[in-house]
Amino acid sequence: MTQAAEIAPRPAAQPVATAAEAARIVARTAAVDAVGLEGRAAALATRSIKRDAKAWGLQLAIRCMDLTTLEGWDTTGKIVTLCAKAIRPDALRPEVPSVAAVCLYPQLVPVAVEQLRGSGVAVASVAGGFPSGLGPLDARLQEIRGVAEAGADEIDIVLNRSLFLGGRYAEAFEELVAAREAAGPTHLKVILETGELGSYDRVRQASMLAMAAGADFIKTSTGKIGMSATLPVALCMLEAVRDFRAQTGRLVGVKVAGGVRRAKQALQHLVLVHETVGMEYMSPELFRIGASSLLNDVLMQLEKERTGNYSGPDYFTID
Amino acid sequence: MSEAIERPSGGAPPAWEYASAPESTDVVRLEDRYGLFIGGEFVEPKSGRWYPTISPSTEETLAEVAEADAADVARAVDAARDAAPAWQRLAPAERAKYVFRIARQLQERARELAVLESMNGGKPIKESRDLDVPLAAAHFFYYAGWADKLEYAFPGRGTPEPVGVAGQIIPWNFPLLMAAWKLAPALAAGNTAVLKPAETTPLTALLLAQVIQEAELPPGVVNVVTGAGETGAALVDASVDKIAFTGSTEVGKAIRRATAGSGKRLSLELGGKAANIVFEDAPLDQAVEGVINGIFFNQGHVCCAGSRLLVQEPVFDVLLAKLKDRLQTLRVGDPLDKNTDVGAINSKAQLDKIEELVESGVDEGAEIYQPECELPERGFWFRPTLFTGVVQSHRIAREEIFGPVLSILTFRTPDEAIEKANNTPYGLSAGVWTEKGSRILHMAQRLRAGVVWANTFNRFDPTSPFGGYKESGFGREGGLHGLEPYLSFDGNHR
Repeated sequence: MTQAAEIAPRPAAQPVATAAEAARIVARTAAVDAVGLEGRAAALATRSIKRDAKAWGLQLAIRCMDLTTLEGWDTTGKIVTLCAKAIRPDALRPEVPSVAAVCLYPQLVPVAVEQLRGSGVAVASVAGGFPSGLGPLDARLQEIRGVAEAGADEIDIVLNRSLFLGGRYAEAFEELVAAREAAGPTHLKVILETGELGSYDRVRQASMLAMAAGADFIKTSTGKIGMSATLPVALCMLEAVRDFRAQTGRLVGVKVAGGVRRAKQALQHLVLVHETVGMEYMSPELFRIGASSLLNDVLMQLEKERTGNYSGPDYFTID
Repeated sequence: MSEAIERPSGGAPPAWEYASAPESTDVVRLEDRYGLFIGGEFVEPKSGRWYPTISPSTEETLAEVAEADAADVARAVDAARDAAPAWQRLAPAERAKYVFRIARQLQERARELAVLESMNGGKPIKESRDLDVPLAAAHFFYYAGWADKLEYAFPGRGTPEPVGVAGQIIPWNFPLLMAAWKLAPALAAGNTAVLKPAETTPLTALLLAQVIQEAELPPGVVNVVTGAGETGAALVDASVDKIAFTGSTEVGKAIRRATAGSGKRLSLELGGKAANIVFEDAPLDQAVEGVINGIFFNQGHVCCAGSRLLVQEPVFDVLLAKLKDRLQTLRVGDPLDKNTDVGAINSKAQLDKIEELVESGVDEGAEIYQPECELPERGFWFRPTLFTGVVQSHRIAREEIFGPVLSILTFRTPDEAIEKANNTPYGLSAGVWTEKGSRILHMAQRLRAGVVWANTFNRFDPTSPFGGYKESGFGREGGLHGLEPYLSFDGNHR
C-alpha cells in the first residue's frame, strides 16, 4: 500500500497590498545582476550529492513533483493512467512515495478528482486562460471558479504578461487579486512565464507583485515556450521569496516547471532551495517541480542507488 | 508498507547533510623527497638540508624538500645563465612551442595538480580545480602566443630583447598560479628563470618542474630552488637581471632595499586591504555573493581580497542580515571534499597571525560575528568571521589580515566612500556594487587601486594586467603589461 503524500493544508494567502501600490512594489524591488546570479547558480550546480543525501533528495523530488500533462490530446484514458502513476510511481516498489499532485487542463479535473480520491495526491488544474492569460477577464475568472468548484485542490494561473510588460502594474495586480478571490480557499499558483519577461530584474519584480497579490506559490513557466525553468531563474525567484519572507513573515512556495527532465537537474534545484531558503522549504508544501518525463529518470536513479546498477527505461512504466 | 526504503515522512529532517564527496588522492604520486631542479635535473642540495612539507588540513608530512643555501642558488643562477644564449637565439615560434607544450601538459595533468595544490596548500578542491589550474594553463597559453609577436607588442619602443635571467619569488596562496604568472611571460620573452616557491607550498612547483622536464625544455631554462626566507634572500643577492616578487609588503621593502643600486630590475606585487563598496541601489543578493567570494575565497589568503566592506548606510541592516544568513551556509572543512567552500589556513604561523589580529579587533571594540560550524580537530582552521562597528583606526581596518575576516564599515556619500577606500597604505584592488553605470566609472577613476571590479570580485584573466598602487607594489602582471618587464628595448637594460 502506498502511503499518501502528506501535504499539510496551509491557509490560502491574501493580498498584502493594494493595486495603487503595485507600481511602487515593482520600483522598489532589488536589482538583479545577471552575471552574478548565473555564476551563483552554476556554482551551486556543482555540489556533489551522493549516497544517502542523493537517495533522500531523489525521494523528495518525487514528493515535490506535480506530474503534468497539458496537451490538447489529453483524454480520460490518459488521465486515468497518469493518476495511477502519480499514486504509485514505481510499479514494483510500493515504498516509493506518491507525487504531490497531478497537473492538467480544467476539462479533465473531474476525472482526476475521481481517480485520486483518498490517495493524498492533489489535483492541480491550470486555469485563467492558460497559457497566454489574454482571454476576456470574466471568462478567465469563471474558469478559475469552475475548476475550484469541480474539486481541484490547486489552481495554476498565469500572470498577464501583456499588462506587466506594458507597465500597467495596477491592472496586472488587480487581475491577480481577482483570480485570488475567484480561487477562494483553493491553493493558488501564479505562473510568471519567465521566458517572456526578458530579464532577471523583471522576473524578480513579477515575483514580488504576484506574492503581494496573494499567490500561495510562484511558478516559473507554462512549459509552452522554449525557455523555462533554468537554474538562475529559479534562484532569482527563491531570492525574491526570501526577501518577501523577511518583509512580511509569509512563506510563499516556488514551483519550477518546464525543462526539468533529469534527476540531476531536480537535485540541482533542490540544492538551490536548500542553500537559498533553507530546510523549511524542503517539502511539497513550499517547493514543487512540474514535470512529465522527470519521474522515470528519478526512479531509475533511485534504483541505481539501491542496487548499484542502472536498469533500462523499459523497467519503468510509461503512463 | 515495505521496509526497503525508509520513507522520509512528516516533513524534512533537520538538515540535508550532503554525504562527503572527497576527491581521490590516488592520482597524486608523491616521492619521499624532492631535490632542487637545476639544469634540467633534480639534484641533491649542497646545503645538505631538507625540511618536511605538510598538509595544513591534516598536519601530515607529505614529502621532504631540499632547502637551498646561497651556493645552491648560485648554481641554479649559473645554470640559467648558461642556458640563456641558446634560449634567446631560438626562433621565437620554436620557443612558443615549448610554452604551449607546458600549457597543454598542465591541462593534461590538471586533476593531479589540483589535488596536490589542495593537499599542500589547504584550499578547497573546487577552487584549485576550477580556478588555479585552468588559469595557470591559460597564462602559459596566452603568453606562448606572444613569443613570436614581440616585435609588434610595443610599437615605437624599438627592438625587444630579453632581460636575461629572472629570479622569481612566489607566495603560498596560489602556488601553481603564481608560478605560471611569473614563468609564462619570462619564457615567452626569451628569458631564463630561477623560481623560488614559498616555504610551505613547494609541491606543485616541483610537479611543474617535472612537467617542464617532460616538455623537454632545454636544461637550465627553468630552475626551481626550494627553501625559506634565506633561500629567497640568496636569490635576490645572486647575479640575476631581474627580480619578480609576490608576497608581503615587509619582505617587498627588504627586497627593494637589497636591490637598490644593483641594476637589477624589480617588480613587486605585495599586500592589500581592498575596499568592497556597496551602494544603496546595488543588486544586493549578488553583492552578498561578491562580498563572500571577495573575502572567503581561498580562506581570505588573497592579496586582492575584499577585506574591508564599505556599505552605504540605508542598506547596512539588510546587507548585514543577508551576509550573516549566507555565512551559515558556508561549508568549512576538508579541502579535498568537492562541497567544501572554505578550506584550511595555510600554516600555523598564519593562523597565529589571524588569531592575533582578530583578538585586537575584539579588544579595540569591534563586534565579532562567527557562524556555528564544526571545525576538524587536526589541522589549521579559522571560522569565517565578520566584524561590525569597525572604524578606520582599528587595526583590523588598516592591517592586512590575510585570512577569512571581513571588517564592515559604513559610508554616506560616494565621495566619502572614495575617501575611506583610498585611506590605506595599500592599493591593489577595489569593488564597486551599483546599478548605475556612470557611478561605476566615477568611482573607478578615483579609486587608487590597480584593479577595480564592478559588480563582481576576484575575477582574473591572463589578458588583464594586475598590480598595485602605493605599498601594494609596482609593475604589472598579466596582459601586455606583464610582458613588458621581461623585455628591454634597443639595448637599454634599465
